[in-house]
Amino acid sequence: MKVLAIDTSNLVMGISVLDEGKVLGEYITNLKKNHSIRVMPAIEEVLKETGVKPAELDRIVVAKGPGSYTGVRIGVTIAKTLAWTLKKELVGISSLEVLAQSGKYFDGYTVPLFDARRTQLFTGLYGRNDSGEFQNLWEDGIILLKDWLDKLQELDKKILFVGNDLPLHQETIQNVLGDQAVFGQVSDHNPRPSELGRIGMTSEPVDIHSFTPSYLQLAEAEVNWLKSQGK
Amino acid sequence: MIKDELILAIETSCDETAVAIVKNGTELLANVVASQIESHKRFGGVVPEVASRHHVEEITVVIEEALKQAGLKPGDLTAVAVTEGPGLVGALLIGVNAAKAFAFAHGLPLVPVHHIAGHIYANRLVKEMTFPLLSLIVSGGHTELVLMEEHGTFKVIGETRDDAAGEAYDKVARTLNMPYPGGPHIDKLAQEGEANIDLPRAWLEPNSLDFSFSGLKSAVINTVHNATQRGEVIKPEDLAASFQASVVDVLVEKTYRAAEQYNVKQVLLAGGVAANKGLRHMLENRFNGTKYDLVIPPLHLCTDNAAMIGAAGSVAYQKGTRGDMALNGVPGLDLEAQ
Ligand SMILES: [Zn+2]
Repeated sequence: MKVLAIDTSNLVMGISVLDEGKVLGEYITNLKKNHSIRVMPAIEEVLKETGVKPAELDRIVVAKGPGSYTGVRIGVTIAKTLAWTLKKELVGISSLEVLAQSGKYFDGYTVPLFDARRTQLFTGLYGRNDSGEFQNLWEDGIILLKDWLDKLQELDKKILFVGNDLPLHQETIQNVLGDQAVFGQVSDHNPRPSELGRIGMTSEPVDIHSFTPSYLQLAEAEVNWLKSQGK
Repeated sequence: MIKDELILAIETSCDETAVAIVKNGTELLANVVASQIESHKRFGGVVPEVASRHHVEEITVVIEEALKQAGLKPGDLTAVAVTEGPGLVGALLIGVNAAKAFAFAHGLPLVPVHHIAGHIYANRLVKEMTFPLLSLIVSGGHTELVLMEEHGTFKVIGETRDDAAGEAYDKVARTLNMPYPGGPHIDKLAQEGEANIDLPRAWLEPNSLDFSFSGLKSAVINTVHNATQRGEVIKPEDLAASFQASVVDVLVEKTYRAAEQYNVKQVLLAGGVAANKGLRHMLENRFNGTKYDLVIPPLHLCTDNAAMIGAAGSVAYQKGTRGDMALNGVPGLDLEAQ
């Protein structure tokens, strides 16, 4: 199975091409630059270098969010269009699950996080289930850092934190969790598109037309409108 | 036999997800528009984030529908045209990235198109252009007079200095407590009223072809306010008719002056406000019996659509305009730099 993986959901932009047991190529940057300008040229480049033609792909895997609304939409739009027009399968994977893979061999829990402004985080809890598989344990969501740490405090094992936004919150986490908190190293904080592709290989394909990003948050205007309706 | 030129066009600059297929620049094979207007009505205007979300939901559905309508496969196409700007950036990005992905997948040339060039070229789906021509573009975001000496070249000879005409309609509609979008409501109401309230007309400097509508909007609000204070009742129909007359007078008269000044052959109406009956009638009256050939497209080609992008895209394609995989949405794209 040949897979193209696309992640533009956060500052890190990642493209990868996988073929069965091999990661053929991976393109990854962590720059404050425009994904809309850079991602299609990157896809073109990785496919060209790995010698895979668009028509030869079996599956497109995309990081579906959470993250920057605009960023997520760019990747999802490209993935939907490629998958639909080339008649390929489409798979969407949580952007947090991709990042969490940095902790897949960590003996404890892994918490990936993206800053969601106003002291909120996009985050979730990952670790090994009873059968020893690394997976999502507490559903991804948007939560106040303070509330999140209250929940995490009840866990009985060490917690590995990963994500490029960690410096914004590391001190608070350290203060609340003390020794229970472990922080990833610099190379652990980028979500890897090859991990995205690997997870996507074994996930269930989605209906392409109806597939939408996981914003995990309503648009602000929607929130205000619902309030005005007394809902 | 010369192969037909078949252009798939994508337009997502505001609140319509639109895809069309145009044959040889003038023949419409498919024209699909997924309107979001019902969703934005709740907010009294287009909310950019909500618009962008809808575009992602609709984009592949609309492309598929267009190909189905035209009975074509991607491999039959000549090129992919897309609105590069101006418009809402988040909304533009969906069309641009879908267009890039589609073009890449099938090895098709990519042609960036200016949204206003599109509005003007909607007319070419109705009647062949004769140059030099003058186009009056009136929409929610634009009020411009554009001169074209030949295909694909645009010179803005007049534009609004403040609000677009469509914007003024929406604001006045809000004052009269009408639902969004206000333009059609005012137009309808105006048909039933009499233009008997004195409202200002902004002619600006004697030779200016520019427009200004913010003063008129304030005058309407003041008129309503003063009448309420005096306990008088103004018939909304009359107010709508007076407001409409004031807007249309200036639009039509400046268009006529520009036509004379530049000695054009054709005068085109373009943009969403072209759906306005009052404007259509008055333009027809003014240009009837003159040497100028007035062209007003049918309503569905006046509001945002992708057919117009395909028509403009055809000319751009023939002129060799190409976008690459780094093409981006440009919210403030300049028409004259095309
Ligand atoms: Zn428009």
